[in-house]
Amino acid sequence: MSRLRKIASASLRWSWFFVLVLFAFGYLVAGLSQQTTAGKSRNPAASETRTVTNAMNREISSSVEQMNQDRDRSLASMGLERADAAHWLAVCRRLSLALVGNGLSLEEIRALEQLKESQRERVHLENLLRDPRFHHYWAERWSRFLVGTDEGQFIVYRRRRFRIWLAEVFASNQRYDRMVRELLTAKGLWTDKPQVNFLTATFDSNDGSADPIRLAARTSRVFLGLRIDCLQCHNDFLGNVNLGDADDTREGLQTDFHQLAAFFTSAKTNGLQGVRDGEVDYSYKYLDEEQETDVTPNVPFLPELLPGSGEPRQRLAAWVTHPENQQAARAAVSHVWALMFGRPMGHAVDNLPLDEPCHPMMDTLAQDFVSHGFNLRRLIRMIAASEAFRVDSRSEFEITPEHERAFAVFPLVRLRPEQVAGSIMQAARIKKTDRDSSLFLQLQTLTGTNDFVTQYGDIGEDEFNTDSITITQRLLMMNGNLLNELVNPNPLLNTSAHVGMFARDNSHVVETVYLCALNRYPTPAEKQHFVARIECSDNAGEAIEDLLWVLLNSSELAWNH
Amino acid sequence: MTHQDPANQNRFCNVHSHLSRRTLLGAGGGGLMMSALARRLAWADEQGVTDPGRPKSVILLWLEGGPSQLETFDPHPGGVYGGDAVAMDTSVKDLQIADLLPRTAEQMHLASLVRSVTSKEGDHQRAVYNIKTGYRPDPTLKHPSLGAVLCHADQAGADIPRHISIVPGSSPGRGGYLGADYDAFKIYDPARPVPDVRRSVSETRFEQRVSDLYDVVESEFRRGRLKQAEETRTLHQSATDAALRMMSSEQLDAFDVSAEPREVLESFGDSAFGRGALAASRLIEVGARCVEVTLGGWDSHVANHSLQSSACEKLDPALAGLLKRLEDRDLLDSTLVVCGGEFGRTPGINPAEGRDHWPHGFSTLLAGCGIRRGAVHGATAANPKLNSDDPVADIGDPVTVADLHATILDSLGVDYQEELETPIGRPMKRCEGKPIQTILDS
Repeated sequence: MSRLRKIASASLRWSWFFVLVLFAFGYLVAGLSQQTTAGKSRNPAASETRTVTNAMNREISSSVEQMNQDRDRSLASMGLERADAAHWLAVCRRLSLALVGNGLSLEEIRALEQLKESQRERVHLENLLRDPRFHHYWAERWSRFLVGTDEGQFIVYRRRRFRIWLAEVFASNQRYDRMVRELLTAKGLWTDKPQVNFLTATFDSNDGSADPIRLAARTSRVFLGLRIDCLQCHNDFLGNVNLGDADDTREGLQTDFHQLAAFFTSAKTNGLQGVRDGEVDYSYKYLDEEQETDVTPNVPFLPELLPGSGEPRQRLAAWVTHPENQQAARAAVSHVWALMFGRPMGHAVDNLPLDEPCHPMMDTLAQDFVSHGFNLRRLIRMIAASEAFRVDSRSEFEITPEHERAFAVFPLVRLRPEQVAGSIMQAARIKKTDRDSSLFLQLQTLTGTNDFVTQYGDIGEDEFNTDSITITQRLLMMNGNLLNELVNPNPLLNTSAHVGMFARDNSHVVETVYLCALNRYPTPAEKQHFVARIECSDNAGEAIEDLLWVLLNSSELAWNH
Repeated sequence: MTHQDPANQNRFCNVHSHLSRRTLLGAGGGGLMMSALARRLAWADEQGVTDPGRPKSVILLWLEGGPSQLETFDPHPGGVYGGDAVAMDTSVKDLQIADLLPRTAEQMHLASLVRSVTSKEGDHQRAVYNIKTGYRPDPTLKHPSLGAVLCHADQAGADIPRHISIVPGSSPGRGGYLGADYDAFKIYDPARPVPDVRRSVSETRFEQRVSDLYDVVESEFRRGRLKQAEETRTLHQSATDAALRMMSSEQLDAFDVSAEPREVLESFGDSAFGRGALAASRLIEVGARCVEVTLGGWDSHVANHSLQSSACEKLDPALAGLLKRLEDRDLLDSTLVVCGGEFGRTPGINPAEGRDHWPHGFSTLLAGCGIRRGAVHGATAANPKLNSDDPVADIGDPVTVADLHATILDSLGVDYQEELETPIGRPMKRCEGKPIQTILDS
């Protein structure tokens, strides 16, 4: 009897073990095979998403059509051909890179493949807009525009709290104009009111109070889309900065910069109460002047929109967010556009000269943005639905940089370091890595990404510069620890092992690795080549590992296209 | 089952078809045989000379955290603020430095001291930016650090990067508006291998990977896309080729200080910083333009004397060893050594027996490349008044961080006033200071 009991007990224990192993396998291979139609119909969230998506699409369709016509007219006037629409997977990859900073997971691709092709891009966009990864990723990007990347003085500045506040702004789709007003008029303690950190980030350069010079430069670039930094020291004598009336501009003056700076001198620091409103207290010795003069707050253009009374920073905020301040709306559109495309619509994300015409699409977007309640998600949806965003990056005709600038094709844009890190981390996993992933995986992703970005070279707050690739980056990609760990056949975590174990044949292996790494199916020639590589190898696992290494080291992974 | 024809099988599996690429990939570098570089370094050892046509280079011994001028190059023993430091004579008549640097004291005839550097930045991050770039932080522009400016000034080539940071601290040199191409290449303790230059798979597999990358995936990516995408936009293949050249370059041997005799290694001190200083002297011989070596441990808000003493134990042999080696090898005329930190420390000692941040008068050592030998510029007061309205009132012949940069660039033969153009077309001088003439050879 006791022997029977032992056998029964051992059987029970082993049964539990096998069940656990089975669950583990199920978890690991989820996404490798296509879902059934029954599974699809049982997914109310997907059907709800499709309904919402269709409604959203109807709502923005006329404005998107206007954008498309703007683009068509512009292309026609330049005599440029345009490429066809891109494959839906390419568009979805662009959306993922823009909104969460990495490519699609195999799990996401398989789920989208269950939908009608015409719905896939829009459903993917709505999924991403609801995804906490989007809220946090955009919070970090906007933190860089708004306060830079320095950690500043810990006593008075909490960058992390500021970033989390921004994540909440994006999660709740708060109006953009409200966000701007809260930043410019922030009061209280930096720990209690995170938006105050917009001001306290500058305390380190002004003896414990807000630095009006830095805040004027920041405000001008981020909220007005104007680079007037040179006016800090002198009038513009090079014709680079024109201000005043948009229809009749004048040269930028040193007074323009310091009058804008003067608004911020009303932000007083009051011990434990933090930042409070007070009187403007600003004097400055202009170039070639003998003495300092008191500076009265004023704005560099459209002065008629500035309220005549009220607290100085509230007046400034009301002017920046005034519905008729088209330049400020353009600045917001410019930042969102740059995040979507990975590069600015014009020369620079924060330099939209008053006296130079923008692309007509910019004005269409800015007008729609203001007239629809400064709704950031609507703005994202419009850009994502536009032909300029959905167009292919390749064509039958010869593509020149002019085609890219005119949006006749989607431009080739180098991924930022965190996008490269996110893309290789995601490529190595079958399922998407998010807050539902295991803690171990989340921790590994976080630390791996941070280490990688540090070594790859964080570009700081200048998110859209066009730095060329460096030898250090290529060495890191070819021989670095992170990539080696991600491509090796780790049976618990990595794509290279999972596809080797569960794909039905080598053709499926190659397809799956391509989908994971590059978010596309291989061409027949590529498939033939790599299938042959696997079949002629003594060690199929190593051949799959090599294939993943090759794809992760390609231009295609490192560039948006 | 996928069908595969024999011709394809032969092409895929015959690694000998990639001989041309093998040449590029090289034999993997290193190896047991003595490389040409090692032979050249050994020959230079015997002859005591090096190539006189070498471009001028700079080695920055970067003391991160803010070294105390009072415990290093500007002691005021016996005064109100002198602390526990004792002054000692040096190889220069009437010049004393702290007794925590005895070996450096023997080499002071090779160097000059600037004891009156002032800045307006008392926060680590901002001060580091200021002293590494010569400009105060500006939210609208990232300035390049000294090494980036030098590498940009002449575009000579080398298999290894020409701007290198050894044991990088929190702020290795950056390219700033000149671009990431000019960022410092980072390595850690030279006792460890250079990161990421060794492949993790066999040579055959690595060759096959690179071959598949170039011949299959890259060619497909270029199809139908931007005209001349590789040449005008991605530069992916050229950067990969450069990385492959570096992986197999004999110049990599310069990072490996283990080839040096034991007594040489010991003379630089048994620390990553000491080995870094030795590696720096080897690297400039093979074409590096700027090598910075970081030593931390100077931020002595508490127990100042103890922390400064501990840091000086590492600095002293490395600095003295470096100056002596450069002089012995006839390299000091073409190599500038700069040794200093982002600011100094307060004359006053706080209740925790520490010294706090002090940007109003601190010291920097310079040697070589036309810097006068045994000179001193500027002075701090033994008993400063510490007037908060005018904190530099007690400083004799104060100079700014920008002046320090102008001096460095001038001694290296770089036009410090030349205007560069930022990516948005903004003209920007390499440096806004003026050279400190009293320490420059006339």
